Amino acid sequence: MSKEREPLFSKKNRALLTDPLDDDNPITVQVLGICSALAITVKLEPAVIMTLSVIFVMASSNVIVSILRDVIPTRIRIIVQLVVVASLVAIVDQFLKAYAYDVSKQLAIFIGLIITNCIVMGRLEAFALGNGVWKSFLDGVGNAAGYGWILIVVAFVRELFGSGELWGIPVIPQFIYDLGYADNGLMLLSPMALIVVGVYIWIQRYYNRKLIEKD
Amino acid sequence: MNRDSNKHTYIFSALMVVSVAFVLSFTSESLKDLQNANVKKEKMQNILSTVGINVTRDESELLYKDYISEELSLKSDGTIDSEINAFNINLALEVKKDLDIQRYPLYIANVENEKFYVIPLRGAGLWAEIWGYIALREDINTIKGVSFDHKSETAGLGAEITEDWFINSFNEEKIKDLQGEFVGIYVSKTNNDPENNDKTDNEIDAISGATITGDGVSDMITERVQNYLPYFNNITNE
Repeated sequence: MSKEREPLFSKKNRALLTDPLDDDNPITVQVLGICSALAITVKLEPAVIMTLSVIFVMASSNVIVSILRDVIPTRIRIIVQLVVVASLVAIVDQFLKAYAYDVSKQLAIFIGLIITNCIVMGRLEAFALGNGVWKSFLDGVGNAAGYGWILIVVAFVRELFGSGELWGIPVIPQFIYDLGYADNGLMLLSPMALIVVGVYIWIQRYYNRKLIEKD
Repeated sequence: MNRDSNKHTYIFSALMVVSVAFVLSFTSESLKDLQNANVKKEKMQNILSTVGINVTRDESELLYKDYISEELSLKSDGTIDSEINAFNINLALEVKKDLDIQRYPLYIANVENEKFYVIPLRGAGLWAEIWGYIALREDINTIKGVSFDHKSETAGLGAEITEDWFINSFNEEKIKDLQGEFVGIYVSKTNNDPENNDKTDNEIDAISGATITGDGVSDMITERVQNYLPYFNNITNE
């Protein structure tokens, strides 16, 4: 069983971080976590805070479950994972309320919804239960970043075309409105998030041909 | 060690529950003071914003003392209950009581020799509670300003009630009709006055796609403010 020590950022380990950004993206390739991608992508700021929170929760829960992977009773492993994730989310929520009150108010319900994010449970079940601590950490960060990247792209498009703002600051100059341009209210509604994700998937597969299914 | 034995499962669950409970209660207790301070300052900030004093949350505590001259808790007949601190009344619990045993907090502000009455509001939006404050001028008819907040209204739709463009449309509107009867403010979808130039129609323009939140705002203002009419009648008859 003795193996040579793998460098911290070996090619395999780097792939854990970078694959979820494109080739193995949780949202656009695995189609997980779509629900929250619809809900919190109306504006950029909540999407970014959500991304950071998910990165924290996924990295920590992957690490914790990976440490405990040999002692977690198989029959109750889903419950254990859920408890770990729920506690971390509760902690994030408490910290935001104390130190970033305004943001915590904006995200209110959505922070709680991290618990139900299929990506978090999916990575715990599929990766952290069977891999070492460092690898699980990278996997958690990578997948959360892959998820967050899509949130940010979608929120960018929706805020820009839906309210003519970015990060709450108006960016479309008045003269364009004077020429008859109007913000697209449909962009603010959930279906447009699906359509924006769909367009992203289309563009992604155009550049990344190996994602196209053969049959 | 057999990790699938019943004994192991029970011990593991017990340890897990105890340690999670410890970590969570420790976090909650150690951050409680900061969180409560945030809530208190935000309340002061919101009250001040309705009388035209816009301050950051951190400045609000100092300026609150300068501008708010009285905090009254009123009984349903309009008399003052001096035993209860109005600022500490939790409206979320209070609105669940019967109308005649509720205490109604009222803040009186003095800004540049003008007197304003600030009434806290609380009602139901689409998904959960909405609340806010409404400041009336001394004629007890004209609105000086309002502020709203919500727990979980839809971002981009109902959540827009916190935005300036919505809040500002209440400024200088009347809560009484032309005959002087209290009618409140109606958040109207069929408004002929979308620019809100007519300040005596008791209507402001609704947000498209946020009908239920808008109705909640109308109902909340009417329901809350009418409870203060006995007090206002008392002071105008004096």
